[in-house]
Amino acid sequence: MTADVADIAAFALRVGDDALIAAQRLGEWSARAPEMEEDIALSNIALDQLGVARMMLTYVGELASGDEDSLAFRRDDREFRNCLLVELPNAGPAATSGAEGDFGITMAKLLFLSTFQRLLHDGMVASTDEQLSAVAAKARKESAYHVDHASQWTVRLGDGTDESHRRMQAAVDDIWPYTHELFAVDDLSVRLDQAGVAPAPETIRPTWLDLVDAVLAEATLVRPADGWAPEGGRCGRHTEHLSYLLAEMQVLHRAHPGAQW
Amino acid sequence: MNGWTLWEVFVRPRRGLSHTHVGSVHAPDAVIALRNARDVYTRRQEGVSIWVVAATAITASSPDEKDAFFDPAADKVYRHPTFYEVPEGVKHL
Repeated sequence: MTADVADIAAFALRVGDDALIAAQRLGEWSARAPEMEEDIALSNIALDQLGVARMMLTYVGELASGDEDSLAFRRDDREFRNCLLVELPNAGPAATSGAEGDFGITMAKLLFLSTFQRLLHDGMVASTDEQLSAVAAKARKESAYHVDHASQWTVRLGDGTDESHRRMQAAVDDIWPYTHELFAVDDLSVRLDQAGVAPAPETIRPTWLDLVDAVLAEATLVRPADGWAPEGGRCGRHTEHLSYLLAEMQVLHRAHPGAQW
Repeated sequence: MNGWTLWEVFVRPRRGLSHTHVGSVHAPDAVIALRNARDVYTRRQEGVSIWVVAATAITASSPDEKDAFFDPAADKVYRHPTFYEVPEGVKHL
């Protein structure tokens, strides 16, 4: 069974939007990270994510319509297909717009997201779609480094001082509910799996749990119980945080359409 | 957060070459120092291997000892390997 072009475009949009919004959030740390070295590391990771976003959105443009710029800068929040996890503010899900970032929250988000991305990219390498396979082959090495970075810090903060342990556990607890959406099944994911385009998300979760559990255990952190599982990002129902993020990300392009360096 | 210590960074540009000092980074421990060095000094494919050394672990010669350390070598030309002939056709010397 071959995949429908519209399905491949819809999937590429999900992967691309995850990376784009993650890049924008990580970029907010530029010149504000706790140390200069960490500033550079977070910016590097943000640019890796942006690289994946550009390849994916360009591909969406080829398959459907538009180009990377129009897709990134001219869509409204309801048209974005990223998971809710990536749009959560650096200060945490309950934060107001513009609140100062919380490094523990950022590391929890990065650990959960990049571990998912690493497994997704691993699976996508075998995709029947050559373009997706090529992007995944490049991105999987980057994802492996993102996982490493987040793991190192999660362990140090979790198994650090009483205060760092308390805050890292709070960050893991705050972000955990949003991880369920990463593995959510819908009609599209079933068709993509049947056509060999992308791995079924629910099959990724057991390995993801093994990897995340190992990091949490080394960090002396407790894995939160599964319960509330907010979702909606994959069909355009986002938290209020996304529109604030888009306002900042898109303001220049909307004020000066087609602006170039 | 100025409790981070200083680490000196050495990068091997490619196989066959030695590690060369390229600068320093701040980090709380060696493992993070290695990663910070990777992010700061090998972003543009500058290397295939990195060493980090705690700056406190380096014993350096003192500028005060410069005369005693280095000047005596100045007039000892016989230490240079220039007093024998290289046979014709020998490469890599």
